[in-house]
Amino acid sequence: MAEWYQVLMTALVGAGVPEWIATAIALLVGVTAIGLVAPLIALILVWLLRKVISRIQDRIGPNRVGRFGLLQTIADIVKLLSKEGINPSRADFMAYNLAPILSVFGVLLLFAVVPVTRGLIGVDINVGVLYIVALGSIGIMAALMAGWGSNNKYALLSGFRVVAQLLSYEIPLVLSMLAVVLYAGTMRFGELAEQQGNFLGLGWYVFLMPGAALIFFVCALAESEQTPFDLLEAESELIAGFHIEYSGMRFAMFFLAQFLGGFVFAWVGAAMFLGGWQGPGVDLPGIGGFLAAGYMMIKTFAIYLLMIWVRGTFPRLRVDQMMSFCWKILVPLTVGLISWQMVVQVLDLPTPVIAVLVLVGNLLVMGIGLYAVGRAIRQEGFRTKRAFTPDSLIGTMQPVAE
Amino acid sequence: MPELPVEIPIPTPHQAVFIMVAVATGVASLLVVTNRNLFYSALCLVGALFGVAGVYVLLEAEFLAITQVLVYVGAIATLITFAIMLTRGIMFGVTSPNNRYMFAVMAMALLVFLLVAGVVDRVPWAVAEDLTLSGDGKSMIVDLGWEFVTTYALPLELIGLLLLIALVGAVMLARDDE
Repeated sequence: MAEWYQVLMTALVGAGVPEWIATAIALLVGVTAIGLVAPLIALILVWLLRKVISRIQDRIGPNRVGRFGLLQTIADIVKLLSKEGINPSRADFMAYNLAPILSVFGVLLLFAVVPVTRGLIGVDINVGVLYIVALGSIGIMAALMAGWGSNNKYALLSGFRVVAQLLSYEIPLVLSMLAVVLYAGTMRFGELAEQQGNFLGLGWYVFLMPGAALIFFVCALAESEQTPFDLLEAESELIAGFHIEYSGMRFAMFFLAQFLGGFVFAWVGAAMFLGGWQGPGVDLPGIGGFLAAGYMMIKTFAIYLLMIWVRGTFPRLRVDQMMSFCWKILVPLTVGLISWQMVVQVLDLPTPVIAVLVLVGNLLVMGIGLYAVGRAIRQEGFRTKRAFTPDSLIGTMQPVAE
Repeated sequence: MPELPVEIPIPTPHQAVFIMVAVATGVASLLVVTNRNLFYSALCLVGALFGVAGVYVLLEAEFLAITQVLVYVGAIATLITFAIMLTRGIMFGVTSPNNRYMFAVMAMALLVFLLVAGVVDRVPWAVAEDLTLSGDGKSMIVDLGWEFVTTYALPLELIGLLLLIALVGAVMLARDDE
């Protein structure tokens, strides 16, 4: 259990509260904190996204409601709340209404294991990294239910794409996280951050494993359905994706889940590769704790800004490109990376040599990966305008005669 | 607190949570087999699998619980749902849970239950005692990995081979005849 829990329990039991009530209060405090803070963060995230994207596109962005448009999101929420919640008559009631709840639920659960500072983690479970991956499946189920329950062919197509994309990119995501877990020897987020505290709190794993960090970032983009992997809501192909039939608050819940999903992956990336709350001066008495929490937030928002930057500048991938990028480039690269790292770590070498060999392996993986992507892009340039030859599967798709 | 005249079995919070999880799992499992819509059955299956993961959490086997969610909910249940969605007739139609194989299947289910119950009852689970929790649980994961590549290397390889065969079989079935 994390430190905040013990502190709170000791205080409550010391004040004469029976132990089981104290337990209930402590757990409620934790759950409420996560449930309240996460949507509040989403307010900032939406505003940030709109502002930054606007700047990238040479616009000003929201600037009417509040200073710098800061209250724009709140106005939008009021609008969404007052909108009519439409129930399509042929939709499946259970699946249609349960899907938005599940999608938010799945993302909120992720906030339980990400660290804020030393001792301030919802629950520091010993399989934290695996937990993040496992709960991604709730999001898949939610999208699938929404796609099927809406009784809309575009929504259903998007549901299929969700499964294909999220299940595929889960594999390189897990393997890139496994690189860190193998090196650190723990899946606890608290310990992962502790171990990156060398060199004045700058012994981050991103310097040691840039390849794994890059692959993690790409897979996080895919897992949180961000550009260039936002095929699930490709406007030109699917109109709006699996949430096409949703309106009002139910739509807002999908929206919330998507934003928080991206943010949580940024957070996990910061915790695993950017040293978590480590940084110069976190061990100082007094301000050290605040400094650490500040570092954690700065790093998380830095990764999130990088995601927005990618979103503002990259075109969307095609379905076949998205799948082959995962299975032909990312999966072999991560498997190679992991195998190399295992061999290096099993050999009885001094620690600096292991670190250098791991770094070499990562640089090699990055080089091969970038070369393969570059070659694929050059080949795309030679292709004719028609992306699929008529004898390929997708080119021959015909509407079924009734 | 005054002494109660009669001992009323008040469940501890731990037991209360277990009862809730167990009832939810049981109800979800029942719904899986009695539901008339196959898609709902699949959703209930997800609920039941989550319930089992909850039981693992209560047993402080977090690794097992997370693996349960990762493998069963994340992969298997999603694939089952996917298969149902692709089968148009089943997807929107209502199927009856009773068919002409009902009694044969019931007999099979009974046999399997007896078999599993017998195994659980009779086998002296010596291994389970060797691998009990030791402290923070981190060493447990290390032990688990170590056991897989030493003591249980052969079963692990056999399962891998089985999965490979299933994979090849699936590719053969799905392949176009040319």
